[in-house]
Amino acid sequence: MNRRMRKLAKRALLYLVLAIFAVIYIYPFLLSIGTAFKTDPDAMAQPLNPIPSHWVLTAFSELEQQDFLRWLANSMIVAVFVTAGRLLFDSMAGYALARLRFRGRGAVFSAIIAVMAVPSVVLLIPKFLVLKQLDIYNSYPGLIIPLMTDAAGVFIMRQFFLSVHPSIEEAAKIDGAGVFRIYWSVVLPMARPALMTLTILSFQGSWNDFSDILVAHQSPSLDTLTTGVGRLVSGQLGAATQYPLELAAAMAMTIPVAIVFFVFQKYIMRGGGGAVKE
Amino acid sequence: MTAPVIVLLLVFLVAPIVMAAWVSLSNWNGIGSPFASDVSSVGLKNYQALLTDPGLPQQQLGESLRNNLYYVIFVVPVQTALALGLALAVSRKRLSGRGFFRTAYYFPSITSSVAVSVIFLYIFGSTGVVNAIISSLGAHGPNWFDDPSGVLQLLYSGLGVTQAPAALANHGFLGLPWWQWLAGPSVAMIALIVLAIWTTSGTFMLIFLPAIYAIPAELEEAAIMDGANTWQRFWRVTFPMLKPALFLVLTLGLIGTWQVFDQVYLISQGNPAGTTLTPAYLSYLTSFGNQQWGQGAAIAFILFAIIVVFTVLQRLVLKDRGATAGDRA
Repeated sequence: MNRRMRKLAKRALLYLVLAIFAVIYIYPFLLSIGTAFKTDPDAMAQPLNPIPSHWVLTAFSELEQQDFLRWLANSMIVAVFVTAGRLLFDSMAGYALARLRFRGRGAVFSAIIAVMAVPSVVLLIPKFLVLKQLDIYNSYPGLIIPLMTDAAGVFIMRQFFLSVHPSIEEAAKIDGAGVFRIYWSVVLPMARPALMTLTILSFQGSWNDFSDILVAHQSPSLDTLTTGVGRLVSGQLGAATQYPLELAAAMAMTIPVAIVFFVFQKYIMRGGGGAVKE
Repeated sequence: MTAPVIVLLLVFLVAPIVMAAWVSLSNWNGIGSPFASDVSSVGLKNYQALLTDPGLPQQQLGESLRNNLYYVIFVVPVQTALALGLALAVSRKRLSGRGFFRTAYYFPSITSSVAVSVIFLYIFGSTGVVNAIISSLGAHGPNWFDDPSGVLQLLYSGLGVTQAPAALANHGFLGLPWWQWLAGPSVAMIALIVLAIWTTSGTFMLIFLPAIYAIPAELEEAAIMDGANTWQRFWRVTFPMLKPALFLVLTLGLIGTWQVFDQVYLISQGNPAGTTLTPAYLSYLTSFGNQQWGQGAAIAFILFAIIVVFTVLQRLVLKDRGATAGDRA
């Protein structure tokens, strides 16, 4: 009896702790969503209560005047091109590294691993230098091309192709298909799960990217959601008292990644965090 | 077929690093090409200004390294322990609402640094949630993002040490007196530390989860049969099996925390009183802000060296504790 009581108490305690943490992780979002519909004074006076004392849409109409739609369009352009580029280039390179025999294959693979180890912040100045040198600084290609391939994605695709048995490809080879043909019509359709992971990671990564976009452009017309809202936050456009406006922007820019997350949750939560799959 | 990737990686990763290495040794001022004829080499002058010559650049680098070091010391252990704890809790087979808890803990990880920074500016504002909770407990919360006082220094003065001992005030390292090195993270930095832990623990929880599931159930059962209690089972059975995942989490944590940039740019811009300045932000500020590209690039390379040293050190320490650690990572 005593033992059962203790077990029950332990269980209750576990749920309590888990629930407290869930509140810590989720409540800030609820608060932010609610505050986006508040007036400025209401946001200051009632920081704990997510429900507005009266609902207003001022923050959102103000957002529209702040070029929010342009930032949204730019974010979409960048995310779509970057994701498409990574799907194509990463899978091609991953396939070549897993299957094709060519001189220096080992060296190329080690180089890609080495690149994964270089911290991205260290590369901000170098990236800017190359964009200037190529004369694509402050342009759409400048925002997109540097992100169109990534070492981690190549790594994920290579690991996937290594895990697939080569017998089907060999059959296609006997039937006389060329390397590119095999890749395009035999290998890629098989690689759907890995391509899915890559799509989620690329979309999320490019949609949320701040620093790479920041150093690749100057004119506000090229701002994406991250740099545009960033400008708003760091005081270049708004003051500290405009919490509803800033939070409305923050929550609106989170909606697309949240949708992707909830739709593909099974893929993501399967574990390994994708990019760091062992 | 690897050709496009090799070209892109060469153009946007290898060439840039070589160019930046040259810039860090030059007097390029951001105008025109760094390879133009009027740009000349200054040898190691940029590095000397940062590392050996007394002056503002050296002092700022010293400050940024101190700030970032405390950031790493506070964030990495807490985020790792929290991620492991959450992963152990939500991996229990008989837990109802597992999916909900996992999603809740992971959700901050998918949000952009910009959105998270906005949220933290609000909840850690002087009239924000955090201070509302503190005052409901009867205390008075600080002006988080405007408070430069070091938390360790507050502790010292609580112990009666309000003046810096002469030995610590008059000597120092990298242009910063030892007393300043020992100040601890500022109150403002604490808010950034909380932000980092809040956003990353879910990500790292997801790395621990498959490793926990990979532990054979027989192992656990055998330990129970042998009469091991929960505590012993964790340290003798679970923990050793999680070493590769732990190694990965620590490595990613160290690399990530040493390059904190977005939050500093968005929330504090290095303020108050330089206590949230980090090497990554200082590098950006020096080059993009002040147009001293040589010095900015030099800071980036110093930061790179620090990250390499820390990663290698951590590898050595963990290797000593267990021969298999890290082999899979």
